[in-house]
Amino acid sequence: MSGREVFYQGNEAVAEAALYAGCRFFAGYPITPSTEVAEFLSRRLPMIGGSFIQMEDEISAMAAVIGASLVGKKSLTATSGPGYSLKMENMGFACMTEVPCVVVNVMRGGPSTGLPTGPSQADVMQARWGTHGDHPAIALAPSSVQEIFTETVRAFNLSERLRTPVSLLTDEIIGHMREKITIPEAGELEIWDRPRPVVPPEDYRPYDTSAGIIPPMADFGMGYRWHVTGLNHDQTGFPTNKPELVQPEEERLLAKITSNLSIIEKYEDIRREGARVGMISYGSSARSCKSALSEALSEGISVDFLRPVTLWPFPERAAREMADRVDVIIVPEMNLGQMILEVERCAGGRAEVVGVNRADGEPITPAQILQRIREVA
Amino acid sequence: MAFDYARYIRPGKLPHIWCPGCAHGIVMKAILRAVDRAGLDKDRTVVVSGIGCASRMPGYVDFNTLHTTHGRALGFATGVKMADPGLSVLVVAGDGDALAIGGNHFIHACRRNIDITLVVFNNSIYGMTGGQFSPATPHGMLASTTPYGNPDYAFDVVELAMGAGATFVSRSTAYHVLPLEKQIAEGIGHKGFAVIDALCTCPTTFGRRNKLGSGAEMLLWFKDHTIGLKASENLPPEKREGRIITGVFRREVKPEYCEEYGKIIEKVRPVRGGRE
Repeated sequence: MSGREVFYQGNEAVAEAALYAGCRFFAGYPITPSTEVAEFLSRRLPMIGGSFIQMEDEISAMAAVIGASLVGKKSLTATSGPGYSLKMENMGFACMTEVPCVVVNVMRGGPSTGLPTGPSQADVMQARWGTHGDHPAIALAPSSVQEIFTETVRAFNLSERLRTPVSLLTDEIIGHMREKITIPEAGELEIWDRPRPVVPPEDYRPYDTSAGIIPPMADFGMGYRWHVTGLNHDQTGFPTNKPELVQPEEERLLAKITSNLSIIEKYEDIRREGARVGMISYGSSARSCKSALSEALSEGISVDFLRPVTLWPFPERAAREMADRVDVIIVPEMNLGQMILEVERCAGGRAEVVGVNRADGEPITPAQILQRIREVA
Repeated sequence: MAFDYARYIRPGKLPHIWCPGCAHGIVMKAILRAVDRAGLDKDRTVVVSGIGCASRMPGYVDFNTLHTTHGRALGFATGVKMADPGLSVLVVAGDGDALAIGGNHFIHACRRNIDITLVVFNNSIYGMTGGQFSPATPHGMLASTTPYGNPDYAFDVVELAMGAGATFVSRSTAYHVLPLEKQIAEGIGHKGFAVIDALCTCPTTFGRRNKLGSGAEMLLWFKDHTIGLKASENLPPEKREGRIITGVFRREVKPEYCEEYGKIIEKVRPVRGGRE
């Protein structure tokens, strides 16, 4: 990758990457450990004609982000655990109305106020199931500052292409840790914009899927005068409670994800000849895993490693294939067992699944993971 | 010449969901006449609402319309306005939506003085959910959740808006349709946050339980129990007793939020040219 080298913390990388992706609106509310994203963008957005607003709470920040996106601006908010909980209401609205937006959650300990300055990975299931009702979910979990940059750009792209909110799950470790990264030249990473209508306003049906599963989206103010509602709606966008219209729309929201796995799924899949042990981990914990894996290798223990970069949808096929190859799968994560439930589901009893869990605000160390490898190998 | 409502009503979207005798339709029509009077461009106007009876209005009217989550309309509207300050933004909300679950957003929109016009359809009750007391239900009144009388005290929308810093604040009623229309039009024309407290009636869930009569009788109650702001100033306090004061309570010229932010952009943008 060519470009400008900087020494950034993860939260700064999120903000810089958002601008690279074309983000021109940020609304947020102060919360540790994500606030640097807001601070950075409050400085930078007006310099390029964008807008920053600090709202009165997390809920209205999420609302403002959706409002700005409806006007055609790529929009971002950033928060942490308690704020993420508050955003869930309007994230559901964005799912239902199919308004693109990106939500960064710099994960910290919980429940409740928990450990505001300590890392965790305990919002994995909230990212999937946090808002009520059946709904699509995309969550990306980078594990380095450089990857935060590329995944933030990808979060915007997926959000725009699929017209759905995308969560970026970082944590206090990579949010605050500084690393040298390269900011790519303009044009080096692909940038996507939402599909916009090509039909004249009188022919526009906001949720018309005759040309594809993702309906084109008009900006407010362009002349299309469409109706947006969180109620179940038909292809015209107006409310309906007709079962025969509601069911296919509910199913389409999920199908936007399942029919586009090739562009959403992303993972690192390291396979070693004859490995009987596998490991699945993500985010900052995956870094401890890699250190433990090379130690294990030097002791003669081969371990396969799967690192989901896209956490939701979960890389089911890759996890199933690992379960077919190995006897035991180790799942280190900074919580008391969340993603492991997905791994168990995929393993379906074909491999034993064991966790390495920590919820005390401290990172999982390579030594802890290595010990577990030795136990099961 | 009769006003051409069809110009602003979406074809095929009526009848509305409101009950017989409900005054929401009267307020909606006043808004449409006010929009016309203010000369807004339909393509460049956004009408935002939350949840409740009043919040179903955007579905009927031919603008860019946004029916959001309970109490959050002002948050969405703030994003819309900030993202494109050239848009005219109206928010419609019931009293429960605007003052209870949306109370925090209400006071902060007032404080920010963002150029949005809020019309509160104030019928003193949660109508859609069947008549629970709201922050605008008077003390002592009956509601489905105050079967022994309301122990709470009501917010005064006008005082709340003024205390929070709104720069245009007025009150009228669904009986006084012409002043209501004028106030809304003036609110739309006002550069800053405008709050219009539009008192209206819910005969179904508020009137019936409190024996206030039909919708028409409830409207006539407004006629007999209100007094204009100017007239009230010349009356001794005992004659004002029990009367609701209507009129424009505040018109203040103060820098508007998006304009102030625009100045920041002008100041820090290396290449001049304002917003993207």
